[in-house]
Amino acid sequence: MTKAGTTLVAADAPAPAAPLPRRRGIELALIVVAVLLSVYGYCAVGLARHGTVPPGAAGYGAGLGVLALVAHLAVRLRAPCADPLLLPIGVLLNGLGLVLIYRLDLETPDDLAAPTQLVWSTLGVALFIMVVLMLRDHRVLQRYAYVCVVAALVLLTLPIFFPSVNGARIWIRIAGFSIQPGEFAKVLLAVFFAAYLAANRNALAYTGRRVLGVERLQLPTGRVLGPIVAIWLLSVGVLILERDLGTSLLFFGLFVVLLYVATGRTGWIALGLLLAAVGAVAVGQLEPHVHSRVEDWQHPFASIEAGEGPNQLSQSLFAFAAGGMSGTGLGLGHSILIGFAAKSDFILATAGEELGLAGLSAIFLLYGLLVERGYRAGLALRDPFGRLLAVGLASIVALQVFVIAGGVTGLIPLTGMAMPFLAQGGSSVVTNWAIVALLIRVSDKARSRFGVPKDEEAAVAEGHDDRAEASR
Amino acid sequence: MTRHIRHAAFFCALLLAALLVNAARIQVVEAPSYDDNIANRRTSISRYGQPRGDILVGGEPITGSHDTGEPLRYERTYTNGPMYAPVTGYASQVYGTTLLEHAEDGVLSGTDPLLSPFPLWKGTARDRNPGGDVLTTLHPGAQEAAYEGLDGRKGAVAAVEPATGRILALVSAPSYDPSVLSGNGSAVPRSWKSLNRDPDRPMLNRAVRKTYPPGSTFKVVTAAAALDAGVVEDLDKPTDSPDPYRLPGTRTSLTNAGGGCRDVSLRKAFEWSCNTVFAKLGTKVGVERMAATAEAFGFNDADVRIPFSVSESTFDTKVDRAQLALSSIGQYNTRATPLQMAMVAAAVANGGKVRPPYLVERTTRASGATVSTAGSRPARQAMHPSTAVLLKELMVDVVREGTGSGAWIPGATVGGKTGTAQHGLGNSGTPYAWFVSWAQGGRDLEPKVAVAVVVEDADADRGEISGGGDAAPIARAVMEAVLKKSPSDGGR
Repeated sequence: MTKAGTTLVAADAPAPAAPLPRRRGIELALIVVAVLLSVYGYCAVGLARHGTVPPGAAGYGAGLGVLALVAHLAVRLRAPCADPLLLPIGVLLNGLGLVLIYRLDLETPDDLAAPTQLVWSTLGVALFIMVVLMLRDHRVLQRYAYVCVVAALVLLTLPIFFPSVNGARIWIRIAGFSIQPGEFAKVLLAVFFAAYLAANRNALAYTGRRVLGVERLQLPTGRVLGPIVAIWLLSVGVLILERDLGTSLLFFGLFVVLLYVATGRTGWIALGLLLAAVGAVAVGQLEPHVHSRVEDWQHPFASIEAGEGPNQLSQSLFAFAAGGMSGTGLGLGHSILIGFAAKSDFILATAGEELGLAGLSAIFLLYGLLVERGYRAGLALRDPFGRLLAVGLASIVALQVFVIAGGVTGLIPLTGMAMPFLAQGGSSVVTNWAIVALLIRVSDKARSRFGVPKDEEAAVAEGHDDRAEASR
Repeated sequence: MTRHIRHAAFFCALLLAALLVNAARIQVVEAPSYDDNIANRRTSISRYGQPRGDILVGGEPITGSHDTGEPLRYERTYTNGPMYAPVTGYASQVYGTTLLEHAEDGVLSGTDPLLSPFPLWKGTARDRNPGGDVLTTLHPGAQEAAYEGLDGRKGAVAAVEPATGRILALVSAPSYDPSVLSGNGSAVPRSWKSLNRDPDRPMLNRAVRKTYPPGSTFKVVTAAAALDAGVVEDLDKPTDSPDPYRLPGTRTSLTNAGGGCRDVSLRKAFEWSCNTVFAKLGTKVGVERMAATAEAFGFNDADVRIPFSVSESTFDTKVDRAQLALSSIGQYNTRATPLQMAMVAAAVANGGKVRPPYLVERTTRASGATVSTAGSRPARQAMHPSTAVLLKELMVDVVREGTGSGAWIPGATVGGKTGTAQHGLGNSGTPYAWFVSWAQGGRDLEPKVAVAVVVEDADADRGEISGGGDAAPIARAVMEAVLKKSPSDGGR
C-alpha cells in the first residue's frame, strides 16, 4: 500500500528522482490512433464492399475505444511508469484482427466469428485490467512457480479427454465456447521456467560434468536439470499426443531461450538444438501428419501438379502474391479461397493480400516492437526472475509469430498456431492480453526506481554474475 | 545475463528479418509466377467479375453476360448460338475460349491495355477495364441464309466481300450452342463430353478449320494459271486434249463424268467441268507456275488470321506429272478450306486481286469509343486483270447455261463453279458437293459477294455433278441476302 501511495504522490508532484518520463499521455494518444486506425479499417471494408460505412462502425469504435480507455486508466492507476508502447500495440493488433475477421465474415455469412472474437477480446482486456490492478509486484509469481507448472500440465492434459477437432486434440468445449487450454499453459510455463531458472541458474551454470572433455559442453547435474527436463518432456509428450506441433515447437524454443539467458551455456544449448533437430527430422519422417506438412513446405504446388487442386498453403501463397506491394485494399481480396482456418491460422494471408507487403511489414514490425519492448524491460530489470519472465513472455510472442507467419508464408513447415491478437481464437486473445499485462507490470517495475527494495541485492548478484562471466 | 538477453534479442531480430525477407520474396519476387499459376482462381474471379464485352453483328449484340451471383459471377450467353458459333467460338469458365472469343479476349475481358484511358500507364494494381465490344464484318442476312440453307447437313459456307476481304458469312454445320459451355456447373463437363464424343463433331469449324479436296472448283485456279502462263490464249480455241487422258508416266486413265470433252475449248471444258482438259492443262503449265498461282490465291499459307487462325489450304509442290495432273483438278494433295475457296471466287470477282479476309471491323471500349479498326490490308495480285475478266466470263457461263444454274439470280450477274470432290480410300466416300460463286447486283459497280459452299454427304449419285444441286441454292440464298441490302448498311 505504501508503494502505491508513493507512486501516486509522485504522479502529482514533480519528481526529481524519477529517471524516466512516464509517458502516459503518449500512451493515450497512441491508443486513440490505434482505435481510429481500427475503425478506419472497419469502414474501409464496408465502403469497398457495399459503398457505405458499416452500420456498426460507431458501436465498434466506441466499444474498442472504451475497452482501450479502461485498460489505459488501469495502467495509469497501477503501473504509471509502464512502457507506453505496449498497450497501444495490443489495442492496434487486436483491433486490426477484429477488422480482418469481420471482413472474412462477409464471405461466410453463416459462420460469423467477429462477434465472438469481440466478446473474447473484452474478456482479454478484463483479464489485462485484473492483472494490472491485482498483481502489484511480479515477483509474487515466483512463489507460485510449482502451482503454475501443475496448472499448466493439467491444462495441457485436459483436451485429451475431449474429442479431437480437425486432427488436433487441443480444444475443450464448455457451454458452446471452445477453449484451447494450451494457450494459457504458455504463460504459466513461462512463469515456471523463469522462476525455476532464476533460482537454480548458478547451479546450472557452474556445476556438472564435462561431456567429451570439452569445457563448453558441460552438462549440469541431473539433480538440477532433472525436474525441468522432465516437465519439458512431459509437456512436449502431451503435445505430440495432441498433435499440436506448433505449441510443442514454441515450448521448446522458450525452454532453450530461457536456459541460454539464465546460464549462458552455449555448449549444451547447441547440444539441445542438435537433439531437437534429430527429433524434428525423425518426427518429420515417421509421423505421417508432420511428414505431409514437411512435404507441403518443400513442394507447395505438388498437389496442383498432381491435378488435385491447390492445398491451403498454395492458396495462402496465392493470397500473399495477389497482395503485391500495396495490396488489393481491405475487403477486395479473395483470401477466403484458403477455406478452412482462413480466419485463424491463415489470417495473415488476408492481411498480406489486402494490405500488401507494406501492411504485412507494418504488422511484423508491430510485433517486433512489442518483443523489443519486452526485452528492453528485461534488460532494465534487476531481479533475475523478472528478467527471465520478461524475456520469456517476449520470446513467446516472437516465436509464435515466427512459427505461424513463417508457416503460412512458406518459410518453414506449417504448424497450426494462432497469430497473436490477429487470429480468431478466444483463448489466444485472452492469453495475449495476459502477456501484455505481465509485460506492463514488469516494464513498470523496470522503469521506476521506486518500490524495488531489493534492488541493491539484485544488483550485487548481477555484479557477481558479470564478474564471474568476465573471469571465465 | 545482460549479454545473453542481448543475444536472444538479436536472435529474435533475425527471425523478424527472415519473415520480412520471405514476405518480400513471395509478395514481390515470386508473385508473378504465383499469380499465373493455373490453380489460382483469382484471375478467373477477376475475369468473370465483370460482364464480358459483346460481339456485334450488324450493330446487334449476339452475345451477352448473365449475372449468376456466384464467385465466378458473369457467364456468357449467346443469341442464335449455333448459327454464330463458328464465329464466336465459346467463352467457358472451364474450358477457356476459342475463335473470336479467344482472339479478341483482351478486348472482351478488359485486359487489353488499349482499353485503358491511359494506355501507357501501367498501374501497380492489376485493374481491369470494362470489357470492350467487337464489331464484326458479318452480314446477318447472309449468315442466316447460309445457316438455314445448310439446315443441319454437314458442311460449311464462307462468304466474303471481294473488294475488301470482309467476311460476310461463316457457317459450319452441324453446330452447337456455345452457351452450354459458359458456366462452371456440373452440366458443363457433361456437355463438353457429349459434344466431343459426337461423331458429327459439332465443335469443328468446318468453314475455316477443315480442309476439303476442292475438286472441280479448283479448276478456277488451274484456268487462271493456264491463261496467265499463256498456255491457253483463246477461250474458244480447241485444246489438244485426249479423252480419256492417260496420266503421264502411269497406266491410269482419267475420264470425265460426261462426254464430249475431247479437244474441247477452255470455255466448254470449264462449263462442263472436263477433268481431262484441266489435268492436261495443269501439266502443261508446270508445277512451278501452278504453285505460284495457287499460293497467290492463298494456298500454302499457314499464317492466315481472321483474326483467329485458318487452317492451311495446300497445293503440293513436290509432285510428279501424274500427281500434278490430279492436283490441278483439285484432287491428290490439293485441299482447301471453304474460306479459301471463297477467296478464289473473290479474286476472280475483284479483277484478280486477293484481299486478305477479316472478320473484325472495329473494336470499341464499353463507352463506344474506337480502340482499333481493321486497317486496309495490302492486296495480292493472283492473276492478270485480263485473266480475271476472262474467268468471270467463264464462271458466268457456268451459271447461265452450265452446271451452276441453281445459283442464278434474276437481275444480277452471277458467276460460279461447281465441284464434286471424291475422297476416302479408293474414292469410296460420299463425295463432297462444292459450289463457289460471286454475284454483282444490277446496279452495283462491282461484285458484292463471293461465296463458297461445301456440303458433305451430298445425296447425289457419285459421278453426277452434284455441286450444282446441293450447294448452289445455298450460295444463291447467301448472295441474294447480300445483294438485297447494300453491305455498307449491314455489318457495321
